[in-house]
Amino acid sequence: MKAGTSRAVALVLIVGMLASVVLAGFVSFYASTDPDGLESVAQSQGFGETAQDSAASDSALADYGVEGVSDERLSLGLAGVVGVGVTALVGFGLFLLLTAGRASTPPTPRTEPTEPTDPSRPGDPSSHG
Amino acid sequence: MHIPDGFIDAPVSLAAAAVAVGGVAVCLRGARRTLDERTAPLAGLVAVFVFAAQMINFPVGAGTSGHLIGAALAVILVGPYAGILAVSVVLAVQALLFADGGLLALGLNVVNLALIAGGVGWLVFRGWTRFVGSGRGSALAAAWSAGFLSVLGAVGGFLVEFALGGVAPVSLSAVIAAMFSVHVVIGAIEGVITALIVGAVMSTRPDLVAGLRAPRRAAHPQRAAA
Repeated sequence: MKAGTSRAVALVLIVGMLASVVLAGFVSFYASTDPDGLESVAQSQGFGETAQDSAASDSALADYGVEGVSDERLSLGLAGVVGVGVTALVGFGLFLLLTAGRASTPPTPRTEPTEPTDPSRPGDPSSHG
Repeated sequence: MHIPDGFIDAPVSLAAAAVAVGGVAVCLRGARRTLDERTAPLAGLVAVFVFAAQMINFPVGAGTSGHLIGAALAVILVGPYAGILAVSVVLAVQALLFADGGLLALGLNVVNLALIAGGVGWLVFRGWTRFVGSGRGSALAAAWSAGFLSVLGAVGGFLVEFALGGVAPVSLSAVIAAMFSVHVVIGAIEGVITALIVGAVMSTRPDLVAGLRAPRRAAHPQRAAA
């Protein structure tokens, strides 16, 4: 299982990361800039003005732009790619830490086969181990 | 549907923050129990993808846009604990780095967009695939419904918070009607995107869809016994 599965997961990771970078860094430029559902309701129902600037609103990346980059496409795209990078650091870091902590605690012997989680599910060519 | 600071008063925001912390703590424990070295990186990837997808606002008419919440997608792909955590990571990055969603409102947003949307998405998908059927068509219908209802669940969360702590003296029933009428459309699109992506993963690696796996306790008898 190990080799085949980790290769498949690696492929999913590469495709997923590429798709995310393309979405955040490039496609985002073509996204609608209209107010989102809640903003639009807030405006139409008259409570939009109660919104206050977040304490993070002077962040160098506030509102998905990089401070000092005047080209809109570049500013948004860079902000998106930085966001992908930060989310990847925090996300992968968190989940790998969680499992690193867990892996040492349960007394699950390494020799114990872990793959037959669902024998009824075909399609894993390496499931014979 | 990120709530900015100011819409909801401080007591309700802080109460929501407490609920969010409790929910995230439960998810940390659950994720530690259920993730393994194969699924942990996938959970990280789900966080990244949800962040990216949330940047893509699509028009829903009348000068209004919506974007994926991604909580239903996340829980279907990596399970409820890791999925809710992944969306919570995204919300924290957005609030802290991009000023998208308020800081005081972060708890509100985690409650609505991660805990409620993820919880509803998981219950709908698991319930549907268990009781209606888990074949491809049924799983796709389940994914659509999970996405759709997760958005309405998040709207429900916001409306409760707004009823309890909304700062502006406006008609609650008008806000309820407006929120649901806009988000029925956004939810329908959330459902479509959720079903498309779950379908794509199902046709390549069905074993990577946590929502379609047998319950974990059966999968790891030694751990359940411990």
